[in-house]
This record gives sequence, structure tokens and C-alpha cells, in this order.
Amino acid sequence: MEATRMTVTVRVNGREYTRAVEPRLLLVHFLRDELGLTGTHIGCDTSQCGACTVLLNGEAVKSCTVLAVQADGAEVTTIEGLGDLSHLHPVQEGFWEKHGLQCGFCTPGVIMTAAGMLAQNPNPTEEEIREGLEGVICRCTGYQNIVRAVQYAAEKMKGAGAETEVAAAGADASAGGDA
Amino acid sequence: MATVFGKAVKRREDPRLITGHGQYTDDVRLPGLLYAAILRSPHAHARIRKIDTSQALRHPGVVAVFTGQDIQGKMGTIPTAWLPPDSGIVTPPHHALAVDRVRYVGDGVAMVIAEDRYTARDALDLIQVEYEVLPAVVDQEAAMQEGAPQLHDEAPGNVAFHWKVGNFDPSAVQDADVVIRQRFRQQRLVPNPMEPRSAVADYNPATGEMTMWLTSQNPHIHRFLLSGILGIPEHKLRIIATDVGGGFGSKIPCYPDEALVGFAAKTLGRPVKWTEDRREHFMATTHGRDHYDDVELYGKKDGTILAIRVRATANMGAYLSTAAPGVPTILFGLIISGPYQIPYAEADVYGVFTNTTPTDAYRGAGRPEATYLLERMVDLFAREIGMDPVEVRRKNLVRAEQFPYNNPMGLTYDSGDYHGALHKALEMAGYAEFRRQQEEARRAGRLVGVGVTTYVEICGLGPSQVAGAVGFQGGLWESAQVRIHPTGKVTVFTGSSPHGQGEETTFAQIVADRLHIPVEDVEIVHGDTARISMGWGTYGSRSTPVGGSAIALATERVIEKAKKIAAHMLEVGEADVEFEEGQFRVKGAPSRQVSLGDVTLQAYLAWNLPPGVEPALEGQAFYDPSNFTYSFGTHICQVEVDRDTGEVKILRYIAVDDCGRVINPMIAEGQVHGGIVQGIGQALWEGAHYDEQGQLVTGTFMDYAMPRAHFFPTFETAFQETPSPHNPLGVKGIGETGTIASTPTVVNAVLDALSPYGVRDIEMPLTPERVWRAMKGAQEA
Ligand code: FES
Ligand code: FES
Repeated sequence: MEATRMTVTVRVNGREYTRAVEPRLLLVHFLRDELGLTGTHIGCDTSQCGACTVLLNGEAVKSCTVLAVQADGAEVTTIEGLGDLSHLHPVQEGFWEKHGLQCGFCTPGVIMTAAGMLAQNPNPTEEEIREGLEGVICRCTGYQNIVRAVQYAAEKMKGAGAETEVAAAGADASAGGDA
Repeated sequence: MATVFGKAVKRREDPRLITGHGQYTDDVRLPGLLYAAILRSPHAHARIRKIDTSQALRHPGVVAVFTGQDIQGKMGTIPTAWLPPDSGIVTPPHHALAVDRVRYVGDGVAMVIAEDRYTARDALDLIQVEYEVLPAVVDQEAAMQEGAPQLHDEAPGNVAFHWKVGNFDPSAVQDADVVIRQRFRQQRLVPNPMEPRSAVADYNPATGEMTMWLTSQNPHIHRFLLSGILGIPEHKLRIIATDVGGGFGSKIPCYPDEALVGFAAKTLGRPVKWTEDRREHFMATTHGRDHYDDVELYGKKDGTILAIRVRATANMGAYLSTAAPGVPTILFGLIISGPYQIPYAEADVYGVFTNTTPTDAYRGAGRPEATYLLERMVDLFAREIGMDPVEVRRKNLVRAEQFPYNNPMGLTYDSGDYHGALHKALEMAGYAEFRRQQEEARRAGRLVGVGVTTYVEICGLGPSQVAGAVGFQGGLWESAQVRIHPTGKVTVFTGSSPHGQGEETTFAQIVADRLHIPVEDVEIVHGDTARISMGWGTYGSRSTPVGGSAIALATERVIEKAKKIAAHMLEVGEADVEFEEGQFRVKGAPSRQVSLGDVTLQAYLAWNLPPGVEPALEGQAFYDPSNFTYSFGTHICQVEVDRDTGEVKILRYIAVDDCGRVINPMIAEGQVHGGIVQGIGQALWEGAHYDEQGQLVTGTFMDYAMPRAHFFPTFETAFQETPSPHNPLGVKGIGETGTIASTPTVVNAVLDALSPYGVRDIEMPLTPERVWRAMKGAQEA
């Protein structure tokens, strides 16, 4: 028997999507399977790795812990909407400059986590950065260059006030989208 | 153009990965895609009496359900591809789905194919399986006891193999003043790359062609093995592994699950995707390590080590995974004398079946186990004879002038300056100063300690003739093709299969450096069997020394050909032309020159080629190394142990690694960082644990402690460069050194901190509880 479906409307990376979904559908599957935004990854099933982190109304959340229906009416920014190559977000730039990634699988989630962290605390100490990364697991980098990447971004954002508005950076209307 | 070899060039793989445009296997979407889910045994050992799939099949959205009976005879069994010689190895059949018996929690029992992920998972709950639970055994030593539950008829006593190597001779140790005996537990680990395993299979029944996207470290090996299992000829089977989210050895093996995805796609004529959950990763992806090592070290009071012997019992799990038998034997036993001039050594290894997840290679694979026991023994020996552990190492390390050095197992270490790396690390760490501070700290009641590891690693696997001699059922050479296009842009095809190591960048640096062109003009293609002729993949710190060398040779071949054409264009003999700064110049008359770009264009136009020279400009190489490469170095760690809680805090961590010539110091340093963290993970937090019934107690990230960012200080790293003499790049390998060195370094540091208590050993991981109990136990004793 067909499960009941519910209609949700979510604004993702600046573009509105309306879909009829199963109430149990996780936001991360909504993003990946319904919208084709595969930049957001899934690394676990117990909300511990942070690979699925996105910004929900500007705040970093683990999208495997949110139901798509809970995001109804919300604004979501994924890695695809954070910045593109011609206009990288300072955190993305920091990861490239400081070798903050190896396999890249954890990276979108770690970048979104860092973006959320810097939005709340623009001047973190190294210790605060490491504490702020508590909710993400990276198996490759040993974290040191992730810390450097976040420091780079913080430094860069100091000089560029307006660019810190991550929620407004959702210019990339990516594949699979319709209104 | 300035040389790019040795420069910290920013990574070329990053733009796609930092913007969400990578393509990992689970990202692949195809029209009509079906999803698979696998029902796994909840019992460690049981007979399957009956499986009823009817309810699952009636569930809306379910397309098919397969059981072990359904696939019998329709697909092959899962092979073992490393058979150590003279080991009596037995390889009982490993069916992709259990036929009548399950042998570990996680063993596949049935596979559901459905229209979407959630439906496939729902349907698993509708399959009824009747089990007759059998007694299980999870510990390898228990499994060898009489009366233990038996896993396979072919393997009496559960012994999968027994392998022995070495030249130990009791008469050689008659002069020993001291014999140290110690037993070590090398605990079981879960690799946990952040990307779960995944497969997508797409079969065209009209052409008989199958394309499979696979989380693979070695797509050509997967093609080779899956071709046999699925009955699809190699030229019709394409394996693609472009973006792979880490592997650490766990994506080397050929698994039942991926083969089943191929089988389902072929049978149903529709594309099928399967991606494991993290909990499936914990129970059904190969684990690493898991030994008991009983070790003896014979030495003299002056610090000379005379011999080392180990009897190892390795837990192989329920079946022999693809490369598994080579890990506790060849990759372990041949290097137990490490970087020291120990004339006699012996390794006696049992591989044992148990009702646990199969083990296989995990970052370092055998070499961390060897280094751990050796470095721990050196410290115990130093303590016994009252000598500083650094002094003992100094006394025994192979000296720079002794290379090439033959170890007692017959390996020839290519080059090294072991004392140099030790010296540099001691300087960076301020070792002498730390020892003074330690005294003061102790007087103040603080428990601080320092641990030192000097290691050597077998890298660059390896000469194919040796691979054959040690029972690896494949070659270990590598292929490369370098194609300069008419416009001068370059595409390189490599049989290496990087999955995080950054070789799209370092390999481009090799080519750009030799051709004097910008790195941006070189594209590296990897991980696709349809585009790359052959390859043996990425593991064993082999990509740069073997794959990179193949690329260097192929590039040289291109230059040789271009030189012929240039000489013709310049109307001089080939011997009179040299290639410098991107120009072919007439020797002695450098103003007479043609650029590589002009020569390339002429090569393609082919209007006026010298006699006997074919059009186009590309070079191919199949490079088989003449020896392994041997990276080495010294790691030092300073720790403080909390007297009240047993918690270990890492104060400083210093690493000096020598991996030969460094192509990109930024990337090499990143490899060291990641390796250190993974090795410290084993020392302090990680460990897979089964209960008596064979239930995996540590089955999620909630129970299995992964290293996190705030567990570490900033590491202090440096490189020393002693080129390998036998490959064209002078490189050695850096992917595994950190993991190999850091585990014993940290454990030695903790035990040094606890030396006032006289604690000899604490079983890894050194959790606060274990450390606290060790202190308490010592106080009470
Ligand atoms: S996938 Fe969301 S926390 Fe791991
Ligand atoms: S870069 Fe591979 S997990 Fe973080």
C-alpha cells in the first residue's frame, strides 16, 4: 500500500522546490534523491559524522537528523549553494588553500559546519575550532589542515564583512530543480 | 618555467570536491534505477533451516528477492587472491549469500531489490528466516583449542594457514645476557573510510556489456575477479571508481555485496544500486589487525639486539578475504627486524577462522603490527638493561653506509639515513631537555612521558616476480600512458587509483616537470577500466613509487620520440638535440630550437616526419619495479597521564619521515597527519569488540570511538629526503608511515609516563579505564 505523502516546500540554495514526500523521508535523502543535490553526503546512521551537514535557516544542522517535512517552509543552503568556483566562500577557499581535504567525502559537511561556526563566532581560537568540529569525523586529514583552513577563512572574512552572509550566497540553482 | 617537482602545488581535485561536484558511487543516478538491501545474519554461527521470502515479494515496490539457494550455480564464489606458499592454506568456498550456514554476524542471507531505498529496507523485515543457532567462537586462540566450534570442514582446528619464516638459530643467541618475553594484543579495528561501500551496476542485455561504479581502490583487480564471478568477459565489463571517499585497505577486497549487485542487474535487466549503512560497514566490511603476538627478544647488556622471534595468531574472521592471508604473513613477518641490524629473526604465524567479520588489509597492513611489537620490545629491553631507549635504538639502527642492507628475512633495504632522521626528530623534540623536565614533573607529582619510534616500512609494492614468489595472485607493476594532444595539452592515464591521496596533482607535477609545461595543462585519468589499459591499484604505498615511475617513464618515451621529430625539423642528428625549458635545442647552438608545441603539432600533422617515425605523440610504459622502496623515520610523542582518571593527553607530537624525494610537501604532510591520527586512534581509542556469542558490541560510531579534532595538538612534522636509488623519481611512499609509527610511539610514551609504577604493558586501546586500572594494579602489587 502506498504510504501517505505530504507536500513540502523548501527553499534550497535560493530556489523553491515543492514535492510530495513520505513523512519519514530524511532531509538528506530529499536533497540527494529528490533534488539531485548529491554534494551533501551520508557517512553514518547515528548522527555522528556530520557528512550531511547543511545550513537550515542559516544554522548548521545534520540533515540526516531532520525530516524533509520538518524543513517545510525553511531555507536550506547546501555545499552547492555556498559558493561556486568563480565566487568561493572563504571556508571553501580555505580548504583549497590549506589542503583541508583528502578524499573529500566528509568535506561538504565539514565546510558547512565551519561556515555555521564562523557565522556564530567569527574569531575562534584554535581550541574553539577543534571543539567546534566535535560533531564531524574526517578519517583522512588528521584535522590539522582543516583547522588551518578554518583559520584562513576567519582571517579572510574579517577583511570582507559582507561576504560572510552565507545564506544569501544561494545563487547556484543546481541540477534537478524546478519550482 | 620553474620546476614544479617538490612544490606545494594546490590540489587539482579540490575545486569539484569543495563545491559539491564530486561524483562518488552513491551519487550515480540512472533511469530506472533499482535499489538493493541485504539481509544479514543476526547470529554468529547458525544453520539456515528455512527462508520464506513470499511476504517480502508481495510488498509493493519490491522487484526481486534472492537467497543463497537462488544464486547457487548462477554466480561464482568470492575468491581469495593471496596464497602464501608452504602454508597449507585452505580456502573454503565463500558464497555471496549463505547457502545453508551463516558464519558471522553480518553474513549475507538474502538480497532485496526494490524501486527505492526505503522500500528495499522495509522488505528486509518481511523475510522470515529460521535459524538453528550453533555454538560460536570469536577468539582465534580459543578457536584453535580442541572442542572449539568448527567453521569449515576443510579447515580442521579452524587453521586457515600456518606460515613460518626466518633464520633463528638457538646457537646464535647463546651469548645473550637478556631475554625479554612479552605478549601483545593487537586489537581488531574497523577501517571506517567516511564513504561507505557502494556499487551501481548497469547491464545491457543486447550488447552483454556491464558497467559498474564501485568504491574500489583497484578497479582492474575488481574487473578481473568480478568477470569470473559474474561470467562477464573482461572486455564487456567496465569498472569505474573515480571519486572514492577513502579506503584504508577496506576497498581492496572483492566483496559478496558488490558482486550481488552485478548479478541482480544482469538478471533483472535494470540498473541496481546498493550502498551500505554505517552499521553494515561495521559488520560486513573487512576489519583490520587482530593478532596475539608472543615475542622474544634476545640482547646483550651493552644494548645489542641479537634476535627477535614472534609467534603470531591472526584472526582471519569467517572467510579468507581477497588479500587477507598476505597481511599477517608476508607484510608482517618479513619486516619484524625493522630498521635495526638484528641478525636473527623468526616469525611463526597461524591464520585462524572465527565467527567474526573477515579481516584484511587496513592502513599499513601487517607493517604496523610488526613495528608495534618491535618498538615495544626495544623499550622493554632498554628498561631491562637500564639504558635510555634512544641509546638502544642508536646502537642498533642500520648505518647510512650499510645500504643496500639485507635484513635476515631476505629483504634488501634500498637506501636510508636512519640516524639522520632520529637526530633531527630528537632535536625538534628537545629530547634531552624533556628528560630533565620529566624529572621535575615527577617530583611535582605529574606523570609525563616520552615515546620514540624508529621505523622502516616496505613501500612500493612491488616487484611482480616477488609478488609471485610470495603467493600474491597478481602482478604489482603499473601502467601509464602519456598523450600530448595536438594543442600541447596532456592527458595521462594511470593504473593507480587514488582515493584521497592527491595524485591527480602529484602525477601532473611529474609530467609538467619533465615536459616544462604548466601543471594545469596536464589531466590525470584514473579509476576507469575502459580508459586505462591495466592497473593494479592503490595500496601498499605503491602509487607514487610504482604508478608515478610508470608515468615518468612514459613521459620520457614521449620526449624521445619528440626529439627524433625535432632533430628532423632542425636538420641535425638526434644526438645533437637536447630538451631544455620546453625547447629542443641544437647542442652548442641554442638559438636553433623548436618548441615542444611545434614538434607536437608536426607529430600530428605528419606532413614531414623522419623516416620510420609514426604519427602522433604518446608514450606508454608498463613499469615493474626492481625492488620495494623503504620509507623510514622517527616519531616522538610527549604525553601526560592524569593520575586520578587515567586519561592520556598528548602534549606534543613530532614526526620526521623520509619517503625519498617529496613531490608535493603539502600533500605529503597531509598524508602524515592523517596517518598519525589513525595510528593514535588504535593506541588510545579504537577497538572492535565481540561478545562471547559473536555479537559485535562496537557496531556504530556511538560505541566505536573515532578520533576527533579536539583530541590532538598541532603536530610538528618534517621531511628528510634520501632518494630511492632504483626508481626514476627517487620516491618511496608516504601514505602509511604515520599509522605505522604513531601507535607504538604513543603507547611507549604512556608506559614511560607510568614507569614509576613499573607497568610493563597495557592492552590497546589505552582507555582511561585501562590506564587507571594498570596504575591501581601496580600500586596494589
Ligand atoms: S550522516 Fe548525518 S551525521 Fe552522519
Ligand atoms: S577528507 Fe576523507 S574523510 Fe575527510
